Amino acid sequence: MKFQGTDSYVATADLKVAVNAAITLQRPLLVKGEPGTGKTILAYEIAKALGRELITWHVKSTTKAQQGLYEYDAVSRLRDSQLGDARVHDIRNYIVKGKLWEAFTSPGHPILLIDEIDKADIEFPNDLLLELDRMEFFVYETGETVKAEQRPIVIITSNNEKELPDAFLRRCFFHYIRFPDRETMQSIVEVHFPKIQQELVREALTVFYDVRETPGLKKKPSTSELLDWLKLLMHEDLPLDVLKSRDTNKLIPPLAGALLKNEQDVHLFERLAFIAKRERN
Amino acid sequence: MFVNFFLELRKAKVPASLREYLTLIEAMKAGVPAYRVEDFYYLSRSALVKDERNLDKFDRVFSQVFNGMEFMSDEVSAEIPEEWLRKLAEKFLTDEEKAQIEALGGFEKLMETLRKRLEEQQGRHQGGNKWIGTAGTSPFGAYGYNPEGVRIGQDKSRHRRAVKVWDKREYKNLDDTVELGTRNIKVALRRLRQFAREGAEMELDMPGTIKSTANNAGYLDLKLQPERHNKVKVLILFDVGGSMDDHIRATEELFSAVRTEFKHMEYFYFHNCVYEKLWKDNRRRHTEFVPTWQVLNTYARDYKLIFVGDATMSPYEISYPGGSVEHWNEEPGQLWVQRLLEHWPKAAWLNPVQEKYWNYTPSVQLVRQLMTDRMFPLTLEGLERAMRELSR
Repeated sequence: MKFQGTDSYVATADLKVAVNAAITLQRPLLVKGEPGTGKTILAYEIAKALGRELITWHVKSTTKAQQGLYEYDAVSRLRDSQLGDARVHDIRNYIVKGKLWEAFTSPGHPILLIDEIDKADIEFPNDLLLELDRMEFFVYETGETVKAEQRPIVIITSNNEKELPDAFLRRCFFHYIRFPDRETMQSIVEVHFPKIQQELVREALTVFYDVRETPGLKKKPSTSELLDWLKLLMHEDLPLDVLKSRDTNKLIPPLAGALLKNEQDVHLFERLAFIAKRERN
Repeated sequence: MFVNFFLELRKAKVPASLREYLTLIEAMKAGVPAYRVEDFYYLSRSALVKDERNLDKFDRVFSQVFNGMEFMSDEVSAEIPEEWLRKLAEKFLTDEEKAQIEALGGFEKLMETLRKRLEEQQGRHQGGNKWIGTAGTSPFGAYGYNPEGVRIGQDKSRHRRAVKVWDKREYKNLDDTVELGTRNIKVALRRLRQFAREGAEMELDMPGTIKSTANNAGYLDLKLQPERHNKVKVLILFDVGGSMDDHIRATEELFSAVRTEFKHMEYFYFHNCVYEKLWKDNRRRHTEFVPTWQVLNTYARDYKLIFVGDATMSPYEISYPGGSVEHWNEEPGQLWVQRLLEHWPKAAWLNPVQEKYWNYTPSVQLVRQLMTDRMFPLTLEGLERAMRELSR
């Protein structure tokens, strides 16, 4: 059972090795990389390739580790007791299962995605250490231990906003998704838009990398933005020579809104293009 | 199995632990890599490196240990000449001089020789006519008389060249009463705050009260919790005197803002580069100093380290023993900076020089490399970036 990429996801050789190591040794895989390089999508694709269920846990700044295990809804129990509901005698009725519990008890090796773990409090990863290591935890309210019969494959993504504790890192495999080079990018584009003309792709990639190399951009366009842009270009059915003719009165590439997401960046780009044009004349 | 590799990694300061090493062995046993070097490389990288900042170090150790591929040197000495020499040639040499260089075999030749000399040469050198050093007639070095001489380790502006200043110079302490314009800086610094609950229980804990009241079957059970305080601890090292005089205003503003913003704030001064001594009072710096070792041992690892300095000096002052312009230092400044960074992993360097000029000064690049790119301009935007880096 090996992950080899899918027909809609191009996995580089190093990524494949990292994923397969995580699957084989049943350890979590931590994925970092520039935004928009396909960190979250990776979990979806692994689930698709291996035919497994995917359980996603999107972490926010207010997320607590305990919420991934379970929550005890004391308030509704109190309400029920005042209404004289019979349910109140069994505490199990008020234990709400979290994503980790779900993943541990789900039949047939699910894949658990813990998305953007760096968004949460600094203690968050530490609080999950034991649970992810031993794949079990204790429910105090009922006195039972929840243990994973089949260890789920855990994929964790991080946008590098906070550093993760060493003890946590030691328990994971790590992969840093580099920004794809030209060839990888071309195969990524082919996977997503199989019918797109070769010529158009080449021109679009040239423009794309030119934009990426513009000095001082606040947010460089990434893979997902390139794919959006291509979608737009195809939709608009722009003739090839519009992309090719980089002189003319056109200062910025057509439909650049898909590539540049920041007003200052657009201004900067226009200014640079203007200077370049003036120099040419 | 691969013990040597593991130890080399540790030696190169890649923080791989025994546990990770065992994981690697386990993966090897489970047959994850398909007996190809690339697969093994990817696997070991994924198992042993957990921070993209260490990837480069890892690659270097890997290539060194496994196939004796060309050793990628950490030393900057081999990197400096190329562009530097070209720049010098374009800017400083007259046509006549250029012709003379041609006589020596052209620029390529000159650089080739220089590289060889740099490899041969072990230490710092002064005088003489072959080795690279200061005040000689060799074509390489500073303040030489050879017309095609190449200035090494000398800033291009004449008044800032690195001469030994053995004489005791007086530097002013940074003034922390400059309030003007510090508000913005304070706002930027606020990013660094870390609140933690500490001390006696003071505040009403609403969620806790609701929960325990519910648990108590409706009987009110008040819960209290300690107040939140800013817990961040900062250690700032300021570069004073010399080329820093140009930036005194920006630095004073920063100093003033920092002093009021953080409760746990410690500062020391240094000159150009950090060596074995730091001081708190510039007027009495030669008598009242603190050994850097003592500073290292006094402040715990949870302090955040901020350097403030223009990092403009001769590369010698960073990379060679005895390179300091003020005294004889036994160990190179580079080593001291590395020690500090090892002790305080959360660190940043604020540079009052505008970012666009950084590439023109080799020492700035050197320091930047030492700081693993954590150098930020002393502007509001740069401060923001630095604070974000520090609070990660």
